[in-house]
Amino acid sequence: MSQDSLPAAQEPDLPAKSIQPGLLALFVAFARMSLAGFGGVLVFARRAIVDQHRWMTAEEFNETFALCHFLPGPNIVNLSMVFGARLRGVAGGIAAFTGLLLPPTLIMTVLAVLYAHFGELEVLRRSLAGISCAAVGLLIAVVFRMMTPLLKKPDAVGLILMLAVFAAIGVLRLPLQAVLLVAIPLSIAVTFVLRRKVAA
Amino acid sequence: MTNESPIWALISTFGLMSLFAVGGAAAAVPEMHRIAVEVHHWMTDKQFADAYAIAQLSPGPNVLIVTLIGYAVAGILGALAATLAMCLPTALLAYCVSRLLNRPSQSRWPGLIQAALVPLSIGLMAASALILAQSTDRSLIALFLTAAVAVLASVSRVNPLWLLLAGGLLGFAGIV
Repeated sequence: MSQDSLPAAQEPDLPAKSIQPGLLALFVAFARMSLAGFGGVLVFARRAIVDQHRWMTAEEFNETFALCHFLPGPNIVNLSMVFGARLRGVAGGIAAFTGLLLPPTLIMTVLAVLYAHFGELEVLRRSLAGISCAAVGLLIAVVFRMMTPLLKKPDAVGLILMLAVFAAIGVLRLPLQAVLLVAIPLSIAVTFVLRRKVAA
Repeated sequence: MTNESPIWALISTFGLMSLFAVGGAAAAVPEMHRIAVEVHHWMTDKQFADAYAIAQLSPGPNVLIVTLIGYAVAGILGALAATLAMCLPTALLAYCVSRLLNRPSQSRWPGLIQAALVPLSIGLMAASALILAQSTDRSLIALFLTAAVAVLASVSRVNPLWLLLAGGLLGFAGIV
């Protein structure tokens, strides 16, 4: 999900049109951006909502995105619900959510059926093994890209927290809930204290 | 787990997991792996790595790896249950929070919490990479391919899809 980490750089705001999109239009728009979004939907979401349909200004988009980014769960899915609801209320939220998820879920289900039947084929096994290697490489690249600001600052506390979570989950294989119930309050407390120090 | 229906196990597992998925789907991969492979034995290590590869290669949000896990556990109904359980609760939470914070920019808490969560989600994603690498990078050439893709994707803006397809092609040719 973080291939689509941040919205593109600010460009001059296009005025948002005041026309409210229909529910079907919302469904179709989110279905299209979802199906276009190989390896990350956010870029397409931004293009469709801000540039193409002008349902929101770039600033409104960033604000809503920031909100969805700090909440748990798949960001882009959260985003669809919040965007849809901001434009057309609960029904709009559901239309966007369904548009985003229904078509790719159907595709994924078909792929699951195919995998169940043909997953043992030698050719497919080999190809998937190659794709897996590349996919892990992509993930490592995302991690590096996200780490750069911490290294540049350099944010020692952030780096220590990052390494601690990495060790607890990746090496020791501890349950996520247990790790985060300790790490989240700790990280928020440290960030709060450090920011107060800077302000003082 | 013996008396529990697999559908309910999927719903409770992913519903709870989504609420702890700070930093999105990639951050939840280690927990998915732990539950699906180590705790419930729903899939093998190799099947999990395959599912991750398929989810990366397909259109749509990457979180849909849960659709594949759900299908492996309980067929089409399982696929649907896992997808909704992973996506709906946090979407509703996001909706409620967005109603509460009509003007998120006026409060400094969202910014502070987000800043505090960033290192944690990077750590989680790094853990995802390690766990997946342990099941995919079994040979020196596979390790080299992963490293090459990592470098290429870091220094260039090449579309990730091409790198995935290149990996698939190398695998198809029997090189990896």
